[in-house]
Amino acid sequence: MTLRLDVIWKEWLQFALGLGNTVWLCAVSMLLSLLLGVLFVVPLMSRRRAVRAVARTAVDSGRCIPFLLLTYLVYYALPSLGLSLDKWTAALITLVIYNTAYMAEILRAAWVHLPPGQTEAGRAFGYTGIRLFRRIILPQVLIAVGPVVGNQLIQLIKDSAFLSIITLPELTYAANSVQSFYFVPFESFLVATLLYWGLCGAVEYLVQRGERLAAMVRRGHGH
Amino acid sequence: MLKWSTMLDLLRGAGMTVTVSCLAIAAGVPLGLLLALARTRRARGLRWLSAVYSSFVRAAPVVTFTMLIFFGLPALGVSLDPLPAAVIALTLNTAAFNAEIWRAAIMDFPRGQLEAALAMGMTGSVAFRRIVFPQIWRASLPALVNEMTLLIKASPAVAIIGVVDLTRKARQIAATTYEPLPPFVAAAVVYGLALALLVAGARTLERSLRRRYGTL
Repeated sequence: MTLRLDVIWKEWLQFALGLGNTVWLCAVSMLLSLLLGVLFVVPLMSRRRAVRAVARTAVDSGRCIPFLLLTYLVYYALPSLGLSLDKWTAALITLVIYNTAYMAEILRAAWVHLPPGQTEAGRAFGYTGIRLFRRIILPQVLIAVGPVVGNQLIQLIKDSAFLSIITLPELTYAANSVQSFYFVPFESFLVATLLYWGLCGAVEYLVQRGERLAAMVRRGHGH
Repeated sequence: MLKWSTMLDLLRGAGMTVTVSCLAIAAGVPLGLLLALARTRRARGLRWLSAVYSSFVRAAPVVTFTMLIFFGLPALGVSLDPLPAAVIALTLNTAAFNAEIWRAAIMDFPRGQLEAALAMGMTGSVAFRRIVFPQIWRASLPALVNEMTLLIKASPAVAIIGVVDLTRKARQIAATTYEPLPPFVAAAVVYGLALALLVAGARTLERSLRRRYGTL
Protein backbone atom coordinates (compact mmCIF):
# COMPACT_ATOMS: atom_id res chain seq x y z
CA MET A 1 0.00 0.00 0.00
CA THR A 2 1.39 3.38 -0.98
CA LEU A 3 0.25 6.70 0.38
CA ARG A 4 -1.39 8.77 -2.34
CA LEU A 5 -0.10 12.08 -1.09
CA ASP A 6 -0.15 13.52 -4.64
CA VAL A 7 -3.96 13.69 -4.39
CA ILE A 8 -3.68 15.64 -1.15
CA TRP A 9 -1.11 17.92 -2.76
CA LYS A 10 -3.46 18.55 -5.70
CA GLU A 11 -6.18 19.59 -3.26
CA TRP A 12 -3.94 21.67 -1.02
CA LEU A 13 -6.17 24.71 -1.50
CA GLN A 14 -9.14 22.97 0.16
CA PHE A 15 -6.99 22.06 3.15
CA ALA A 16 -5.57 25.59 3.32
CA LEU A 17 -9.03 27.18 3.21
CA GLY A 18 -10.30 24.74 5.85
CA LEU A 19 -7.32 25.46 8.07
CA GLY A 20 -7.83 29.19 7.56
CA ASN A 21 -11.48 28.93 8.59
CA THR A 22 -10.56 26.89 11.67
CA VAL A 23 -7.95 29.48 12.64
CA TRP A 24 -10.06 32.62 12.26
CA LEU A 25 -13.20 31.09 13.80
CA CYS A 26 -11.26 29.99 16.87
CA ALA A 27 -9.23 33.21 17.15
CA VAL A 28 -12.28 35.48 16.87
CA SER A 29 -14.36 33.43 19.29
CA MET A 30 -11.48 33.28 21.76
CA LEU A 31 -11.25 37.09 21.75
CA LEU A 32 -15.02 37.48 22.09
CA SER A 33 -15.25 34.98 24.93
CA LEU A 34 -12.32 36.62 26.69
CA LEU A 35 -14.35 39.86 26.69
CA LEU A 36 -17.53 38.09 27.79
CA GLY A 37 -15.58 36.12 30.38
CA VAL A 38 -14.37 39.38 31.90
CA LEU A 39 -18.01 40.50 32.19
CA PHE A 40 -19.02 37.12 33.62
CA VAL A 41 -16.29 36.90 36.21
CA VAL A 42 -17.66 39.92 38.10
CA PRO A 43 -20.92 38.22 39.19
CA LEU A 44 -18.91 35.02 39.82
CA MET A 45 -16.86 36.94 42.40
CA SER A 46 -19.77 39.01 43.71
CA ARG A 47 -20.13 39.44 47.44
CA ARG A 48 -23.87 38.79 47.18
CA ARG A 49 -24.55 35.11 47.49
CA ALA A 50 -27.63 35.04 45.22
CA VAL A 51 -25.75 36.74 42.35
CA ARG A 52 -22.86 34.33 42.79
CA ALA A 53 -25.18 31.30 42.80
CA VAL A 54 -26.89 32.32 39.55
CA ALA A 55 -23.59 32.97 37.80
CA ARG A 56 -22.11 29.71 39.09
CA THR A 57 -25.11 27.68 37.87
CA ALA A 58 -24.83 29.27 34.42
CA VAL A 59 -21.09 28.61 34.17
CA ASP A 60 -21.34 25.04 35.50
CA SER A 61 -24.15 24.05 33.15
CA GLY A 62 -22.22 25.56 30.25
CA ARG A 63 -19.26 23.36 31.14
CA CYS A 64 -21.42 20.21 31.30
CA ILE A 65 -22.77 20.31 27.74
CA PRO A 66 -20.80 18.49 25.04
CA PHE A 67 -19.81 20.84 22.22
CA LEU A 68 -21.74 18.94 19.55
CA LEU A 69 -24.96 19.03 21.59
CA LEU A 70 -24.57 22.80 22.06
CA THR A 71 -24.04 23.15 18.30
CA TYR A 72 -27.29 21.26 17.67
CA LEU A 73 -29.11 23.42 20.23
CA VAL A 74 -27.96 26.63 18.56
CA TYR A 75 -28.29 25.47 14.96
CA TYR A 76 -31.46 23.35 15.05
CA ALA A 77 -33.36 24.38 18.20
CA LEU A 78 -33.06 28.18 18.13
CA PRO A 79 -34.98 28.37 14.80
CA SER A 80 -37.96 26.75 16.56
CA LEU A 81 -37.88 29.70 18.96
CA GLY A 82 -38.00 32.04 15.97
CA LEU A 83 -34.27 32.73 15.73
CA SER A 84 -32.91 31.34 12.47
CA LEU A 85 -29.16 31.43 11.97
CA ASP A 86 -26.95 30.59 9.00
CA LYS A 87 -24.26 28.01 9.79
CA TRP A 88 -21.44 30.55 10.13
CA THR A 89 -23.29 32.64 12.71
CA ALA A 90 -24.45 29.49 14.48
CA ALA A 91 -20.86 28.17 14.55
CA LEU A 92 -19.46 31.41 15.92
CA ILE A 93 -22.20 31.73 18.55
CA THR A 94 -21.70 28.13 19.66
CA LEU A 95 -17.93 28.55 19.95
CA VAL A 96 -18.37 31.78 21.94
CA ILE A 97 -21.04 30.47 24.35
CA TYR A 98 -19.14 27.24 24.94
CA ASN A 99 -15.79 28.92 25.44
CA THR A 100 -17.11 31.76 27.63
CA ALA A 101 -18.17 29.30 30.33
CA TYR A 102 -14.58 27.98 30.51
CA MET A 103 -12.99 31.43 30.22
CA ALA A 104 -15.09 32.82 33.09
CA GLU A 105 -13.97 29.94 35.29
CA ILE A 106 -10.32 30.38 34.22
CA LEU A 107 -10.43 34.12 35.00
CA ARG A 108 -12.09 33.45 38.35
CA ALA A 109 -9.40 30.95 39.35
CA ALA A 110 -6.67 33.47 38.43
CA TRP A 111 -8.43 36.21 40.39
CA VAL A 112 -8.76 34.03 43.49
CA HIS A 113 -5.05 33.21 43.36
CA LEU A 114 -3.96 36.84 42.99
CA PRO A 115 -1.73 38.01 45.86
CA PRO A 116 -4.05 40.10 48.06
CA GLY A 117 -1.44 42.83 48.69
CA GLN A 118 -1.97 44.67 45.41
CA THR A 119 -5.75 44.79 45.79
CA GLU A 120 -5.41 46.02 49.37
CA ALA A 121 -2.90 48.66 48.29
CA GLY A 122 -5.32 49.71 45.53
CA ARG A 123 -8.09 50.07 48.10
CA ALA A 124 -5.78 52.07 50.36
CA PHE A 125 -5.20 54.46 47.44
CA GLY A 126 -8.94 54.96 47.14
CA TYR A 127 -9.68 52.61 44.24
CA THR A 128 -13.08 50.99 44.61
CA GLY A 129 -15.61 49.07 42.53
CA ILE A 130 -15.21 49.22 38.77
CA ARG A 131 -11.99 51.27 38.89
CA LEU A 132 -10.33 48.85 41.27
CA PHE A 133 -11.33 45.99 38.95
CA ARG A 134 -10.22 47.70 35.74
CA ARG A 135 -6.96 49.26 36.87
CA ILE A 136 -5.66 46.87 39.52
CA ILE A 137 -7.28 43.44 39.33
CA LEU A 138 -7.96 42.86 35.62
CA PRO A 139 -4.45 43.64 34.27
CA GLN A 140 -2.89 41.18 36.71
CA VAL A 141 -5.50 38.52 35.98
CA LEU A 142 -4.96 38.85 32.22
CA ILE A 143 -1.20 38.47 32.58
CA ALA A 144 -1.59 35.47 34.89
CA VAL A 145 -3.99 33.49 32.66
CA GLY A 146 -1.75 33.44 29.55
CA PRO A 147 -0.73 29.76 29.55
CA VAL A 148 -4.17 28.52 30.64
CA VAL A 149 -5.81 30.52 27.85
CA GLY A 150 -3.36 28.89 25.45
CA ASN A 151 -4.48 25.43 26.61
CA GLN A 152 -8.11 26.47 26.33
CA LEU A 153 -7.49 27.74 22.78
CA ILE A 154 -6.07 24.32 21.87
CA GLN A 155 -9.19 22.71 23.36
CA LEU A 156 -11.35 25.10 21.33
CA ILE A 157 -9.49 24.32 18.09
CA LYS A 158 -10.10 20.61 18.67
CA ASP A 159 -13.77 21.09 19.55
CA SER A 160 -14.28 23.21 16.43
CA ALA A 161 -13.82 20.01 14.38
CA PHE A 162 -17.38 19.08 15.45
CA LEU A 163 -18.59 21.96 13.27
CA SER A 164 -17.91 19.75 10.23
CA ILE A 165 -21.12 17.92 11.22
CA ILE A 166 -23.20 21.02 10.40
CA THR A 167 -21.20 21.17 7.11
CA LEU A 168 -19.18 24.21 8.07
CA PRO A 169 -16.12 24.16 5.76
CA GLU A 170 -13.38 24.03 8.40
CA LEU A 171 -10.35 21.73 8.35
CA THR A 172 -12.05 18.41 9.20
CA TYR A 173 -14.83 19.13 6.72
CA ALA A 174 -12.23 19.81 4.03
CA ALA A 175 -10.46 16.54 4.82
CA ASN A 176 -13.76 14.67 4.68
CA SER A 177 -14.78 16.14 1.35
CA VAL A 178 -11.39 15.38 -0.23
CA GLN A 179 -11.43 11.79 1.10
CA SER A 180 -14.95 11.09 -0.13
CA PHE A 181 -14.22 12.50 -3.59
CA TYR A 182 -10.94 10.67 -4.22
CA PHE A 183 -11.36 7.86 -1.69
CA VAL A 184 -8.14 8.61 0.17
CA PRO A 185 -9.46 8.46 3.77
CA PHE A 186 -6.22 7.55 5.50
CA GLU A 187 -4.07 10.17 3.78
CA SER A 188 -6.71 12.85 4.07
CA PHE A 189 -7.44 12.49 7.79
CA LEU A 190 -3.76 11.92 8.57
CA VAL A 191 -2.84 15.20 6.88
CA ALA A 192 -5.69 17.01 8.69
CA THR A 193 -4.52 15.60 12.03
CA LEU A 194 -0.94 16.65 11.27
CA LEU A 195 -2.19 20.16 10.47
CA TYR A 196 -4.02 20.28 13.82
CA TRP A 197 -0.81 19.10 15.43
CA GLY A 198 1.11 21.95 13.83
CA LEU A 199 -1.56 24.45 14.79
CA CYS A 200 -1.56 23.36 18.44
CA GLY A 201 2.24 23.43 18.41
CA ALA A 202 2.14 27.00 17.08
CA VAL A 203 -0.23 28.04 19.87
CA GLU A 204 2.08 26.48 22.46
CA TYR A 205 5.07 28.29 20.96
CA LEU A 206 3.27 31.66 21.00
CA VAL A 207 2.24 31.12 24.62
CA GLN A 208 5.87 30.42 25.57
CA ARG A 209 7.02 33.59 23.80
CA GLY A 210 4.26 35.55 25.54
CA GLU A 211 5.28 34.12 28.90
CA ARG A 212 8.87 35.28 28.39
CA LEU A 213 7.58 38.73 27.52
CA ALA A 214 5.30 38.79 30.58
CA ALA A 215 8.20 37.75 32.81
CA MET A 216 10.26 40.64 31.40
CA VAL A 217 7.44 43.12 32.01
CA ARG A 218 7.06 41.83 35.56
CA ARG A 219 10.78 42.36 36.21
CA GLY A 220 10.47 45.87 34.82
CA HIS A 221 12.69 45.45 31.75
CA GLY A 222 9.83 45.70 29.28
CA HIS A 223 8.87 48.64 27.14
CA MET B 1 -43.05 17.91 25.86
CA LEU B 2 -41.44 14.52 25.36
CA LYS B 3 -43.53 11.39 25.39
CA TRP B 4 -42.51 8.53 27.67
CA SER B 5 -41.62 6.31 24.73
CA THR B 6 -39.40 9.05 23.31
CA MET B 7 -37.79 9.53 26.69
CA LEU B 8 -37.03 5.79 26.83
CA ASP B 9 -35.56 5.97 23.35
CA LEU B 10 -33.35 8.85 24.48
CA LEU B 11 -32.22 6.79 27.47
CA ARG B 12 -31.18 4.00 25.09
CA GLY B 13 -28.89 6.57 23.46
CA ALA B 14 -27.60 7.45 26.91
CA GLY B 15 -26.91 3.76 27.48
CA MET B 16 -24.72 3.73 24.36
CA THR B 17 -22.84 6.82 25.57
CA VAL B 18 -22.24 5.12 28.94
CA THR B 19 -21.15 1.88 27.24
CA VAL B 20 -18.58 3.38 24.88
CA SER B 21 -17.29 5.77 27.57
CA CYS B 22 -16.91 3.02 30.18
CA LEU B 23 -15.17 0.66 27.75
CA ALA B 24 -12.79 3.44 26.65
CA ILE B 25 -12.02 4.37 30.26
CA ALA B 26 -11.54 0.73 31.31
CA ALA B 27 -9.03 0.19 28.50
CA GLY B 28 -7.58 3.70 28.33
CA VAL B 29 -6.50 4.06 31.95
CA PRO B 30 -4.22 0.97 31.99
CA LEU B 31 -3.01 1.70 28.45
CA GLY B 32 -2.05 5.19 29.60
CA LEU B 33 -0.06 3.66 32.44
CA LEU B 34 1.78 1.39 29.99
CA LEU B 35 2.59 4.40 27.79
CA ALA B 36 3.83 6.34 30.81
CA LEU B 37 6.01 3.41 31.88
CA ALA B 38 7.42 3.19 28.35
CA ARG B 39 8.61 6.76 28.77
CA THR B 40 10.53 5.94 31.93
CA ARG B 41 12.48 3.16 30.17
CA ARG B 42 16.08 3.52 29.14
CA ALA B 43 15.43 2.34 25.57
CA ARG B 44 15.38 5.58 23.63
CA GLY B 45 13.19 4.28 20.79
CA LEU B 46 10.42 3.26 23.18
CA ARG B 47 10.59 6.59 25.00
CA TRP B 48 10.48 8.54 21.77
CA LEU B 49 7.61 6.49 20.33
CA SER B 50 5.49 7.01 23.41
CA ALA B 51 6.22 10.75 23.51
CA VAL B 52 5.35 11.23 19.83
CA TYR B 53 2.16 9.19 20.20
CA SER B 54 1.05 11.26 23.19
CA SER B 55 1.78 14.56 21.51
CA PHE B 56 0.13 13.61 18.19
CA VAL B 57 -3.04 12.15 19.67
CA ARG B 58 -3.50 14.90 22.23
CA ALA B 59 -3.47 17.49 19.44
CA ALA B 60 -5.98 15.57 17.29
CA PRO B 61 -9.67 16.49 17.51
CA VAL B 62 -11.66 13.43 18.59
CA VAL B 63 -13.97 13.66 15.54
CA THR B 64 -11.07 13.75 13.11
CA PHE B 65 -9.25 10.97 14.95
CA THR B 66 -12.39 8.79 14.98
CA MET B 67 -12.75 9.22 11.22
CA LEU B 68 -9.07 8.43 10.75
CA ILE B 69 -9.61 5.13 12.58
CA PHE B 70 -12.92 4.19 10.98
CA PHE B 71 -12.42 5.37 7.39
CA GLY B 72 -8.64 5.35 7.28
CA LEU B 73 -7.71 1.94 8.72
CA PRO B 74 -9.68 -0.09 6.12
CA ALA B 75 -7.45 1.50 3.47
CA LEU B 76 -4.55 -0.11 5.33
CA GLY B 77 -6.36 -3.44 5.37
CA VAL B 78 -7.88 -3.29 8.88
CA SER B 79 -11.68 -3.23 8.67
CA LEU B 80 -13.71 -2.33 11.73
CA ASP B 81 -17.41 -2.08 12.55
CA PRO B 82 -18.55 1.32 13.82
CA LEU B 83 -18.91 0.30 17.47
CA PRO B 84 -15.44 -1.27 17.92
CA ALA B 85 -13.95 1.58 15.89
CA ALA B 86 -15.63 4.09 18.20
CA VAL B 87 -14.36 2.33 21.33
CA ILE B 88 -10.84 2.03 19.90
CA ALA B 89 -10.74 5.71 18.86
CA LEU B 90 -11.92 6.92 22.28
CA THR B 91 -9.54 4.51 24.04
CA LEU B 92 -6.49 5.60 22.04
CA ASN B 93 -7.46 9.24 22.63
CA THR B 94 -8.00 9.07 26.38
CA ALA B 95 -4.92 6.84 26.84
CA ALA B 96 -2.69 9.64 25.51
CA PHE B 97 -4.05 12.08 28.10
CA ASN B 98 -3.93 9.48 30.86
CA ALA B 99 -0.29 8.76 29.98
CA GLU B 100 0.59 12.37 30.83
CA ILE B 101 -1.25 12.10 34.16
CA TRP B 102 0.46 8.82 35.09
CA ARG B 103 3.82 10.19 33.99
CA ALA B 104 3.48 13.24 36.24
CA ALA B 105 2.64 10.98 39.20
CA ILE B 106 5.62 8.70 38.45
CA MET B 107 7.99 11.69 38.18
CA ASP B 108 6.69 13.02 41.52
CA PHE B 109 7.21 9.70 43.25
CA PRO B 110 9.88 10.02 45.96
CA ARG B 111 13.03 8.30 44.69
CA GLY B 112 14.13 7.26 48.16
CA GLN B 113 11.19 4.88 48.55
CA LEU B 114 12.00 3.12 45.30
CA GLU B 115 15.69 2.87 46.18
CA ALA B 116 14.81 1.48 49.61
CA ALA B 117 12.55 -1.13 48.02
CA LEU B 118 15.31 -2.19 45.62
CA ALA B 119 17.82 -2.26 48.50
CA MET B 120 15.48 -4.62 50.37
CA GLY B 121 15.92 -7.01 47.45
CA MET B 122 12.68 -6.39 45.59
CA THR B 123 12.90 -6.66 41.83
CA GLY B 124 11.80 -3.67 39.76
CA SER B 125 8.41 -5.13 38.93
CA VAL B 126 7.69 -6.22 42.51
CA ALA B 127 8.66 -2.75 43.77
CA PHE B 128 6.33 -1.23 41.20
CA ARG B 129 3.41 -3.46 42.17
CA ARG B 130 3.87 -3.24 45.92
CA ILE B 131 5.35 0.23 46.52
CA VAL B 132 4.93 2.58 43.58
CA PHE B 133 1.55 1.71 42.07
CA PRO B 134 -0.51 1.70 45.31
CA GLN B 135 0.57 5.31 45.85
CA ILE B 136 0.53 6.77 42.33
CA TRP B 137 -2.99 5.64 41.52
CA ARG B 138 -4.30 7.59 44.48
CA ALA B 139 -2.26 10.67 43.50
CA SER B 140 -3.53 10.41 39.91
CA LEU B 141 -7.18 9.84 40.78
CA PRO B 142 -8.46 13.47 40.63
CA ALA B 143 -6.74 14.15 37.30
CA LEU B 144 -7.90 10.80 35.86
CA VAL B 145 -11.51 11.56 36.82
CA ASN B 146 -11.20 14.99 35.24
CA GLU B 147 -10.03 13.31 32.02
CA MET B 148 -13.03 10.92 32.26
CA THR B 149 -15.42 13.89 32.25
CA LEU B 150 -13.61 15.31 29.21
CA LEU B 151 -13.91 11.94 27.47
CA ILE B 152 -17.66 11.78 28.10
CA LYS B 153 -18.03 15.28 26.68
CA ALA B 154 -16.01 14.29 23.60
CA SER B 155 -17.89 11.00 23.12
CA PRO B 156 -20.54 12.48 20.74
CA ALA B 157 -17.73 12.28 18.16
CA VAL B 158 -18.68 8.61 17.64
CA ALA B 159 -21.93 9.79 16.05
CA ILE B 160 -20.01 10.71 12.91
CA ILE B 161 -19.34 7.04 12.14
CA GLY B 162 -22.96 6.05 12.81
CA VAL B 163 -22.92 4.97 16.44
CA VAL B 164 -26.21 6.14 17.96
CA ASP B 165 -25.16 7.73 21.24
CA LEU B 166 -27.16 10.20 23.35
CA THR B 167 -26.40 13.23 21.17
CA ARG B 168 -27.17 11.48 17.89
CA LYS B 169 -30.35 9.98 19.36
CA ALA B 170 -31.47 13.46 20.40
CA ARG B 171 -30.77 14.68 16.88
CA GLN B 172 -32.81 11.80 15.39
CA ILE B 173 -35.74 12.53 17.70
CA ALA B 174 -35.52 16.22 16.83
CA ALA B 175 -35.59 15.40 13.14
CA THR B 176 -38.62 13.10 13.36
CA THR B 177 -40.75 15.16 15.79
CA TYR B 178 -39.88 18.56 14.29
CA GLU B 179 -39.52 19.76 17.87
CA PRO B 180 -35.79 20.05 18.42
CA LEU B 181 -35.75 21.86 21.74
CA PRO B 182 -37.14 19.16 24.12
CA PRO B 183 -34.81 16.27 23.11
CA PHE B 184 -31.70 18.49 23.08
CA VAL B 185 -32.52 19.99 26.49
CA ALA B 186 -33.31 16.53 27.87
CA ALA B 187 -30.01 15.21 26.52
CA ALA B 188 -28.14 18.14 28.08
CA VAL B 189 -29.76 17.36 31.44
CA VAL B 190 -28.75 13.69 31.16
CA TYR B 191 -25.12 14.66 30.40
CA GLY B 192 -25.19 17.09 33.34
CA LEU B 193 -26.52 14.43 35.71
CA ALA B 194 -24.03 11.80 34.50
CA LEU B 195 -21.07 14.16 34.95
CA ALA B 196 -22.33 15.35 38.35
CA LEU B 197 -22.72 11.72 39.45
CA LEU B 198 -19.18 10.84 38.31
CA VAL B 199 -17.65 13.87 40.03
CA ALA B 200 -19.60 13.27 43.25
CA GLY B 201 -18.58 9.59 43.28
CA ALA B 202 -14.94 10.52 42.80
CA ARG B 203 -15.11 13.08 45.64
CA THR B 204 -16.57 10.47 48.00
CA LEU B 205 -13.84 8.01 47.05
CA GLU B 206 -11.15 10.67 47.50
CA ARG B 207 -12.52 11.59 50.92
CA SER B 208 -12.56 8.00 52.14
CA LEU B 209 -9.03 7.44 50.78
CA ARG B 210 -7.84 10.55 52.57
CA ARG B 211 -9.41 9.34 55.78
CA ARG B 212 -7.67 5.99 55.41
CA TYR B 213 -4.22 7.09 54.24
CA GLY B 214 -3.95 10.68 55.46
CA THR B 215 -3.17 11.93 51.95
CA LEU B 216 -4.26 10.93 48.50
